[in-house]
Amino acid sequence: MLNGMATIFRNYKQAVVSSRAFADFTPKASFEIKKCDVHRLEEGPPGQAELTREQGLHYYRTMQTIRRMELKADQLYKQKIIRGFCHLYDGQEACAMGIEAAINPTDHVITAYRAHGYTYTRGVPVKQILAELTGRKGGIAKGKGGSMHMYAPNFYGGNGIVGAQVPLGAGIALACKYLGNNQVCVTLYGDGAANQGQIFEAYNMAALWKLPCIFICENNKYGMGTSVERSSASTDYYRRGDYIPGLRVDGMDVLSVREATKFAADHCRAGKGPILMELETYRYHGHSMSDPGVSYRTREEIQEVRSKSDPISMLKDRMLSNKMAAMEEFKEMDSEIRKEIEEAALFATSDPEPPLDALCDHIFHNDLPLEVRGTTPWSKLKSSS
Amino acid sequence: MKWVCLLQNAAAVVLRREFHRSAPASVQVTVRDALNQAMDEELERDERVFLLGEEVAQYDGAYKISRGLWKKYGDARIIDTPITEMGFTGIAVGAAMAGLRPICEFMTFNFSMQAIDQVINSAAKTNYMSAGRQSVPIVFRGPNGASAGVGAQHSQCFAAWYGHCPGLKVVSPWSAEDARGLLKAAIRDDNPVVFLENELMYGVPFEMSEESLSKDFTIPFGKAKVERQGTHVTLVTHSRYVSFCLDAAAVLAKEGVECEVVNLRSIRPLDVETIEASVMKTNHLVTVEGGWPQFGVGAEVCARVMEGPAFNFLDAPATRVTGVDVPMPYAKILEDNSLPHTHSVNAVSMCVRVCVYVKRTVILSAVTAGIPALC
Repeated sequence: MLNGMATIFRNYKQAVVSSRAFADFTPKASFEIKKCDVHRLEEGPPGQAELTREQGLHYYRTMQTIRRMELKADQLYKQKIIRGFCHLYDGQEACAMGIEAAINPTDHVITAYRAHGYTYTRGVPVKQILAELTGRKGGIAKGKGGSMHMYAPNFYGGNGIVGAQVPLGAGIALACKYLGNNQVCVTLYGDGAANQGQIFEAYNMAALWKLPCIFICENNKYGMGTSVERSSASTDYYRRGDYIPGLRVDGMDVLSVREATKFAADHCRAGKGPILMELETYRYHGHSMSDPGVSYRTREEIQEVRSKSDPISMLKDRMLSNKMAAMEEFKEMDSEIRKEIEEAALFATSDPEPPLDALCDHIFHNDLPLEVRGTTPWSKLKSSS
Repeated sequence: MKWVCLLQNAAAVVLRREFHRSAPASVQVTVRDALNQAMDEELERDERVFLLGEEVAQYDGAYKISRGLWKKYGDARIIDTPITEMGFTGIAVGAAMAGLRPICEFMTFNFSMQAIDQVINSAAKTNYMSAGRQSVPIVFRGPNGASAGVGAQHSQCFAAWYGHCPGLKVVSPWSAEDARGLLKAAIRDDNPVVFLENELMYGVPFEMSEESLSKDFTIPFGKAKVERQGTHVTLVTHSRYVSFCLDAAAVLAKEGVECEVVNLRSIRPLDVETIEASVMKTNHLVTVEGGWPQFGVGAEVCARVMEGPAFNFLDAPATRVTGVDVPMPYAKILEDNSLPHTHSVNAVSMCVRVCVYVKRTVILSAVTAGIPALC
């Protein structure tokens, strides 16, 4: 009897929450976003952004998932279950989410080595990302790639050589133009890479040939341990494209990033050629897991960004203060995400490592099996495509 | 004995010539034209194929390999790039990742050093790192190795550099037939192919059979070709040095030494089976190349023969004939003496003569000492 009453009460509470979902929440609100600095543009993106409740909840869920996934990777690395390089994205979630919100799944994205966030927004499930980090056969690259080499349809990694991904991105944009498919390529790089010569080579050809390439510099203020002031004669990265129009965007605000990326994509799709965006963002972790991240910056600085500009908190506060969602919903999402990450981590730690006979696979694509020399002349290994 | 050899050789030469003359509709085609026609046909066959590089369009190609292609296919498919190798090579690789089939021309492979990161790290390794999700169907082509009087920075051979890396296929054509068949195969291959041409071969005409002129004629990678049958020594070589080995073979034939000339065609994968079969027949191995000796193609061939069954058939250590271990000088006399040239024809013949001499003396003393099985 008591049990029955408890059940009825629980159901009533749930019913109350769901009916609140339909009745009490603001379905859509308009937010003022920081005006972008512009270069060679008459005007920038609008100063207002609309957000629907569904979008807000989706952005929150995605960013929080990335945050929790990166923190789990931190944990696994410290337990020595993840090895080698591990460059974490926490703090920069608004960039990946904002960009994805502004483009289509048929558009293209390429980035450097701090790639886990983009791997997720481009459609790879958390468990396949974590399993790749732990080097298991269930990883997105079957354990062959690791942290910096994860791929998905229309997502070209994950690239380890600083700056090399930028000409690649311009090449993907060339393919878009060549095939006439109205798609764009978002080509990301960091403030550390921004001085690479090959980036300027890519700017030149992209502008010359009017390639639909959105060059995006994620400026998190530090290239490894070197601050932007110590690496760059000009820290106005949005102007470095010279003849290419540029925007400087608040990279901690998912709506700013989304509006700017929409603006940029429209520019490219209109056949006007490439455009450059600088996203001002911040990473909480050090450069990689081997960097505590405090020898070249202060703990106070990190703390200040966390408390004043955290992208996830900012979105949540906006939605709460506009009555777009209830605190319980966020808490529920948090606990769902925590569960998802835990399950993914369990998979990533229990999935077997790739089999030894797959060592030489995929050297080539679409090829007949070939013989590969092992460590000695007598060990003849086999490679399948 | 020598007289009989001479007659045999003369007969062979005559027979070969007869065979060529009676072959149906064979045409003289230069290596340049073979490359040009191969590209033209592949551009026509597949819309995703395009050519980019310095001067490939309006200049008709720095060495005229792409003559006429821009007029026929236009700006979209024959693209003149600025002088920015790292940038345009990366662009070509990115385009390949996104579904096109670029031919990326290096004016010479010396300039590919500026872009080598894109060739190795972005192209060669990607299919493996992505466990097969991301392929890179691209051809990197251009002249490789020494030219004539172009100095140290323009004369390096990169066969060993690119041949070192898994994930690449590396080919080095000699004849017009090689050029045509290997280039078509390279363009149709879904993997990164490094195609090492030779500037001094561009103008050389070769007879091509009707079969080799057909639109779908391709030569498989990893198969060497025995250009000349022989019984006394195996000469393993690639590119321009196939010509030198054939010349050396003609000289040596007069001395009664029959050389088997193996044209590698493929640097990676290397056709070890053909080399081994030849060495097991002739018992002597000489490699001939233009590149530097240390860690070169010849070094690899020798190591592979050492590691396989053919080792037991060697009657003398394998010998390498290579470029001199020096940056290429300019003055003609110095340049001529930096590469296996006519002097090396004699060097090769010296090596071979020594080998054959050693074999003869060893066998002789073995027989007299009554020790079997040294032969």
